[in-house]
Amino acid sequence: MTVATAAAGAGKHVHRRPPLQRAVIVGVVLGVVSIYIAAVGILLQMHGRAVIVDILTLGQEALLAVALGAGAYVARSERSLGPASIMPHSALAGAIAGACLAVLVLATDALDLRSMFIALSPQLVDMLTFGFDDVWIGLSILVASGAVIGILGALLSMAPRPVQKPVMVGLAAVTFFGVFQELIQIMMQFGDFIGAIRETLYDWEGLTLEGAIIIFVIAAVCSVLWTRFRSRPGAAVAPTPQQARAAKIAKIVIGVLLVVLFPVVAGSYIGQVLMLVGLYILMGMGLNLEVGLAGLLDLGFVAFFAVGAYATALLTADSPHALASLGYWEAMPIAVACSVVVGVLFGIPVLGVRGDYLAVATMGLGEIVRVIVLSDAAAPLLAGAQGILQIPKPFIGSLELSDPVELFFLTLACAAVAAYFAWRLETSRLGRAWMAVRDDEDVAQALGINLVKVKLLAYGLGAAFAGLAGSIFAVMLTSVYPSSFQLLVSINVLALIIVGGMGSLPGVIVGSLALVGLPELLREFGENRYLFYGAALIVMMRIRPEGLWPSATRRRELRAAAEGVDPAVEPATTSLDEIAAPDAQQPGQ
Amino acid sequence: MTDATAGRFSLPQLNKLARFTFVDVILWCLRIGVIIVVVGGTIGTLIKGRYAFAQWFDLFMFGLTIGSVYALIALGYTMVYGVLRLINFAHGDIMMTGAFSGYFIANAFDRSGFLNSSPILAFLGVLVVAIICSTVIAVLTERFAYRPFRHVRGFAPLICAIGVSFFLEQTFRGFFGPSVRSYPDPKWQATPISFFGLNIPSVDVVVIISAIVAMLVLYVIVQRTKMGTAMRAVSEDTDAAALMGIDVDKVVVFTFALGGAMAGIAGVFYAFVFKQVYFYMGFTPGIKAFGAAVLGGIGSIPGAMIGGFFLGLVESVGPALFLDGIGIPAPYQLRDLIAFTLLIMVLIFRPHGILGERMAKKRA
Repeated sequence: MTVATAAAGAGKHVHRRPPLQRAVIVGVVLGVVSIYIAAVGILLQMHGRAVIVDILTLGQEALLAVALGAGAYVARSERSLGPASIMPHSALAGAIAGACLAVLVLATDALDLRSMFIALSPQLVDMLTFGFDDVWIGLSILVASGAVIGILGALLSMAPRPVQKPVMVGLAAVTFFGVFQELIQIMMQFGDFIGAIRETLYDWEGLTLEGAIIIFVIAAVCSVLWTRFRSRPGAAVAPTPQQARAAKIAKIVIGVLLVVLFPVVAGSYIGQVLMLVGLYILMGMGLNLEVGLAGLLDLGFVAFFAVGAYATALLTADSPHALASLGYWEAMPIAVACSVVVGVLFGIPVLGVRGDYLAVATMGLGEIVRVIVLSDAAAPLLAGAQGILQIPKPFIGSLELSDPVELFFLTLACAAVAAYFAWRLETSRLGRAWMAVRDDEDVAQALGINLVKVKLLAYGLGAAFAGLAGSIFAVMLTSVYPSSFQLLVSINVLALIIVGGMGSLPGVIVGSLALVGLPELLREFGENRYLFYGAALIVMMRIRPEGLWPSATRRRELRAAAEGVDPAVEPATTSLDEIAAPDAQQPGQ
Repeated sequence: MTDATAGRFSLPQLNKLARFTFVDVILWCLRIGVIIVVVGGTIGTLIKGRYAFAQWFDLFMFGLTIGSVYALIALGYTMVYGVLRLINFAHGDIMMTGAFSGYFIANAFDRSGFLNSSPILAFLGVLVVAIICSTVIAVLTERFAYRPFRHVRGFAPLICAIGVSFFLEQTFRGFFGPSVRSYPDPKWQATPISFFGLNIPSVDVVVIISAIVAMLVLYVIVQRTKMGTAMRAVSEDTDAAALMGIDVDKVVVFTFALGGAMAGIAGVFYAFVFKQVYFYMGFTPGIKAFGAAVLGGIGSIPGAMIGGFFLGLVESVGPALFLDGIGIPAPYQLRDLIAFTLLIMVLIFRPHGILGERMAKKRA
């Protein structure tokens, strides 16, 4: 994503420049991007994960993608030149991107950058010089391969679409099966036949070369067949309503079966990841009511999560701080009710605060909750930094839900109920009132909407979802610590609903899978996830402000905006804007 | 007679009472509660008399020191808000970049002995590098992250700013590691300055004086130079300023550069005071400084300075003065609580700040 935007940014600048200069600029921009991912440590982390054993790592693939992208971008923007003169330009762009990294390697040794930048380790130099002892040989290979791959990128970009698409799909499939080999191998341990397939594709370390080729071919063939099938004239006949309905039901049934069976097949690690995803889906749906529907940007959302968790802990834990020793099923509704009360109390003072100020005020409230929980002053009640331990797991009859997969089913059930409520709320009278408040508070009030009631309901109901998530979180960890309730949680939830699409329920699911599930699966990058979050927020706001899976209303609004007004106006602004900053904002020094 | 008095008084007052909802009741309770805590705590503390005058003086000086850092950061918020109506959420992290670059230079000076052999030059060198670094980063963030949202209203710019904040923090974490690094300790900081029998840490004196100098320089730039005048014009009315031939893009870049420079200075001073740098250090002071900017009246430069000093003082003296008196254990842990409460109270009850209203009247 970064690569694409950087290239696009460069493209804006070099609009009327001669091709040679343009190629140089593309090369330098992408070179700087690769220097950045090297210096920030991502490249080496990616290098640690093999795509094809002993042949290609994810880090090398990232560099490949950079060079390919450089070549393809140059080829696309110089289409008028003709293939013969495109090639050298693409090669130049790729070579310059490689040369930038080469400069980095040389500078690391010459200027002792290593004492400052911890990521510029000898391993990184080793990776960039392909393990050659002589740095110069390695770096020349780096630059030369940049040029060659640049040409490949140009060829790929100039290739006709029927060739281009299968190749891309094949590469993506190989990457997917290589990167997630561990999980896929775990899932393929059933039966002789699947086991045999597994042994042809993988060895115990990961994807083998033969396996990669097989996957590439299969994916490419599938892609070709899919294109054929889609473009066949007979397939375009619209199905009857009954058929469409049956297809829809079938899809839902298959989806539910997949979600239920997947963690059982994939084991407890996946169960744990999915459970976390489920918790974030719950919180995302709650925040979605506040931000997506009611337009109240709440950065203190984690407070409700904390209230749910602490209430559960205090009511059930086997510790001196506990107030009662209820079972989980009694404690959960009380915890949710506590969150609702806190949500309303939280909302009352900030009722009159709008827009950006609301974001900062709610963040301050959230931080206040955290500071109080951490302090010695509240320690007799909430146990301070030590946290509350020994929260029992929930029981159904005599069955203890202790396994991550079992807890995942609990989360799934709660999420399903919550999703039903959220879905019904969206189209209810209250939901429409929220949207009216979001679009224009003053007009909404003039139309007879009780702002106080509607806003407090948004805070309260949003908090209920978070409280439920917090309650499950407490029994998942069997302990609660103040350090689990950082502002980062609020930002995570905000990021996932923005990436998924504000105000859209499926968007919440997509967002949690992408922002919570994916970093959990790619464990090495776990520490860098917030870097991705930051980048994702910026990039999403710039290129796809409506999110990955926007709600139907939002899509309609955007389409209307795109058709109606002049293209200079950002379509992003049409519905969520107009949240005027507080009344007194005067400039003047 | 009773009718007449009732008639005379009731119209405005009864109307007001009729509109008095439970929300107002709760807000009034909040106000009264805060006042009770402040007054009661103060009386309690003074009766207990646990703190000597010298201790109060120490707290006061520390408050001024940290307040001057907040004031420097708040200037960046207030200027950017004045020009773009944008809360530059990443401003605290720009301060962090200044602190980090200053740290590397100070470390290099420390190793070569330059830090102690010519302290003034070293001090200036650290400042200059920090200023350059954070100015460049501030301008870059404007160019790549904020400019595309110049005419976008609503959440998008703020969310983008939150993204920038995370991006900067995590980039620095990736570059320089997650550990807390301790700032080198030059010799001059060890000896306190005596003042009427009271010892003031020399860091405090240096920080307060240099911060005031920096603010004066900024004030002169904004008031006297052509660019500063243009900046004030843009913050008054962007479209009219553009029509008068002011290059708004240039002014915005200039504003970010000035704010970044102030944040760089603030970063160095913050590191001087707390003796450590780490990637997350910019977040809390950033939020507090935003509170200071709002407190002073956002958009107003003198307001940001006053707000910063006020916040610093309240945060430093407050725990001892307000909270110790009502018997809260370990009140210093609640320093941030006081700062955030102040921020929220200002946002709720007086969003136009201390100097805001006067400005509004002057303009009307």
